[in-house]
Amino acid sequence: MKHLLTTADLSRAEAIRILDTAGQMAATQSREIKKLPTLRGRTVVNLFFEDSTRTRISFETAAKRLSADVINFSAKGSSVSKGESLKDTALTLQAMGADAVVIRHQASGAPHTLANAGWVDSAVINAGDGMHQHPTQALLDAYTIRRHLTGERRDARDPASAPLLGAGTGQDLSGLHVAVVGDVLHSRVARSNVQLLTTLGARVTLVAPPTLVPVGVEAWPCDVSYDLDGVLGDGKPDAVMMLRVQRERMSSSGGGFFPSPLEYTRNYGLDARRLRLLEDHTIVMHPGPMNRGLEISAEAADSPRAVIVEQVANGVAVRMAVLYLLLAGDVTHEASDKHGASDKNGVSPKEAGQS
Amino acid sequence: MSTRYLLSHVSPLGGDSVDMVLADGVIEAVAPAGTLTADGSDETVVVDCSSLVALPGLVDLHTHLREPGREDSETIASGTRAAAVGGFTAVHAMANTTPVQDTAGVVEQVWRIGTEAGWADVHPVGAVTVGLAGEHLAELGSMASSAAQVRVFSDDGKCVWDPVLMRRALEYVKSFDGVIAQHAQEPRLTEGAQMNEGVVSAEIGLAGWPAVAEEAIIARDVLLAEHVGSRLHVCHLSTAGSVDLIRWAKARGINVTAEVTPHHLILTDELARGYDPLFKVNPPLRTAADVEAVREGLADGTIDIVATDHAPHTREDKDCEWAAAAFGMTGLETALSVVQQTMVDTGRMTWADVARVLSTAPARIGRIDEGARPQGRPLEVGEPANVVLVDPSATRVVVPAEQATASANSPFGGHELPGVVVATFLRGRATVFEGRPVEQAEVAR
Repeated sequence: MKHLLTTADLSRAEAIRILDTAGQMAATQSREIKKLPTLRGRTVVNLFFEDSTRTRISFETAAKRLSADVINFSAKGSSVSKGESLKDTALTLQAMGADAVVIRHQASGAPHTLANAGWVDSAVINAGDGMHQHPTQALLDAYTIRRHLTGERRDARDPASAPLLGAGTGQDLSGLHVAVVGDVLHSRVARSNVQLLTTLGARVTLVAPPTLVPVGVEAWPCDVSYDLDGVLGDGKPDAVMMLRVQRERMSSSGGGFFPSPLEYTRNYGLDARRLRLLEDHTIVMHPGPMNRGLEISAEAADSPRAVIVEQVANGVAVRMAVLYLLLAGDVTHEASDKHGASDKNGVSPKEAGQS
Repeated sequence: MSTRYLLSHVSPLGGDSVDMVLADGVIEAVAPAGTLTADGSDETVVVDCSSLVALPGLVDLHTHLREPGREDSETIASGTRAAAVGGFTAVHAMANTTPVQDTAGVVEQVWRIGTEAGWADVHPVGAVTVGLAGEHLAELGSMASSAAQVRVFSDDGKCVWDPVLMRRALEYVKSFDGVIAQHAQEPRLTEGAQMNEGVVSAEIGLAGWPAVAEEAIIARDVLLAEHVGSRLHVCHLSTAGSVDLIRWAKARGINVTAEVTPHHLILTDELARGYDPLFKVNPPLRTAADVEAVREGLADGTIDIVATDHAPHTREDKDCEWAAAAFGMTGLETALSVVQQTMVDTGRMTWADVARVLSTAPARIGRIDEGARPQGRPLEVGEPANVVLVDPSATRVVVPAEQATASANSPFGGHELPGVVVATFLRGRATVFEGRPVEQAEVAR
């Protein structure tokens, strides 16, 4: 694996390997000293053409915990805002010797172009491109689902029943049912998750008003429903993933995707009543940032079922795993032996590198 | 004066071999193969055409020459040179130049520069509306009566979406036998559109350009043309539904003609998966089912012509992320090969059909089959010597950087295509000979 551009490129084994490595990374993050020496001397560039404080901070934290040097390159206040092309930006980063470029771009396919146009030698990690993909989000979602739902069934309503840190290691998501609810049409999170979760053996049901489902969805390996109550009640999903709905989606005159925020909430919001339709073990997820009161009520967001804050923490571990596997995955023996720190910190690069 | 050419053992329209003499701008003689010989006293050039098919010089109804305004991507000279290399003896230069070809002055300028360049006849297309803005009719009558004698009007690149304006345009051009060539694209249904809307767009996350946005305008326009009794031409139709609509309209007796591009005969939206903007074009590449439908429509005559929509773009307009790239691909130098590969080599059309869809029919639609410099005429004695010689058995690998067009945005780079244009004659003068363009100074003589 040279780049991480789309979850469609990941085999089941590769995905499990990333999740297992993330588990090892997560284990290091409960220690007092969280920093690993693994990527010392390597440079990671966060190239963000679109504002996303959350994702950038998550990647930055992940890279720094692995001792990489991090350069944040935001389109605002840089030459990009003066009209510099993606190509020239890429050539500049190449000249500066970036080992990995984490790119967020409003144009679908921009990471693909960056990785394949011959402009840079770096590993390219897609941190979200247009309506296409956001693979690390799907990986952190899969990691979160696996941790909570692959072992013994717990009562998700009971805050005391939190699963063990490394729960689910080595496993896929066979037999699980995940409902993804909301603006599927514009969502790179939905696309990434449909591909990754089904690769891992889960069944996915997309739930959205028909206006927010893309034409061509029939080719996706998932079910589609317009009836949230039906899916929550009869479908008995093990996880419910609510997608962010942008309020401006309903505003363009004649082209609004739904009549009003109120009607959206009434039909597709996860409110207190719908929360009670869920199975005891079902968890509630959201990629953030949430619109409380629109797609998700405060009851749902703050309920013990909600793993939304944990998703953020898992995001760091998953991004550490991805950076590690892309930048050090094949030379891990040497690097870890030299530093002698990885095993002590609970990461077993030998295992990760050879699996 | 002009060189005499004896085309020995040439196969007109793929039929029985003949000898054909081109002299003084016309086809001087046609006789059974082996019966004509060069007169030793004059300077007759004998061309061994024993493996070559002769077609009437090709006529493109849809070319973007970019001059005036975007001479960095193409000029009238470079574009018509590319046309000659592709076997064309006449092109219709689309109106979306800067300034727009919406006045007699601009169309006459394009016409004059084209005539001086001498590679192919340049017939400017007039804009339907002022500045292509879709608000007011341009001075269609003045363009028609100018030296450029404009008969084809189009806002190509933009759709004349206002139904009242479209009706007026259709009616107005009747007085000088003009035609409105519509770029059928419902604008509201295609805001921000990047590629065909379907399975591929859903997966790769590019905003969709639905087939219905093309078909809805075609349906409206054929009914308008019927209502006002006018002539309509549908540019670059690309969907199976559009073929059905044209078939229906023709059966109903509506005076409509339609074109398909070479790229819509061979490429599909699967090519967008690599996000290479070389495959970004408007209308977008469609599905394999659409490709089959347009091939069928072309074979059965529903689609009248193939037109290139040759759309050169500079490297910076294509060397970028998909959404930032310009729409369009070059086509003049590959059109005939693509038609051969998709229609002739598959047995769906004869070379006579190729002559019809790439020469006689487009010349007739553009009303350049008569007058001072007629095009698309039969290969008969006394007709103007607009002739292209093709070697259908030869193949070549497309190298965009080596093409005659000033731009390199061919979707066929690195691909082997059948058929090589060996020579192109414009009124008896070789603009291309032995596969190479004959330099401009020589042509202009």
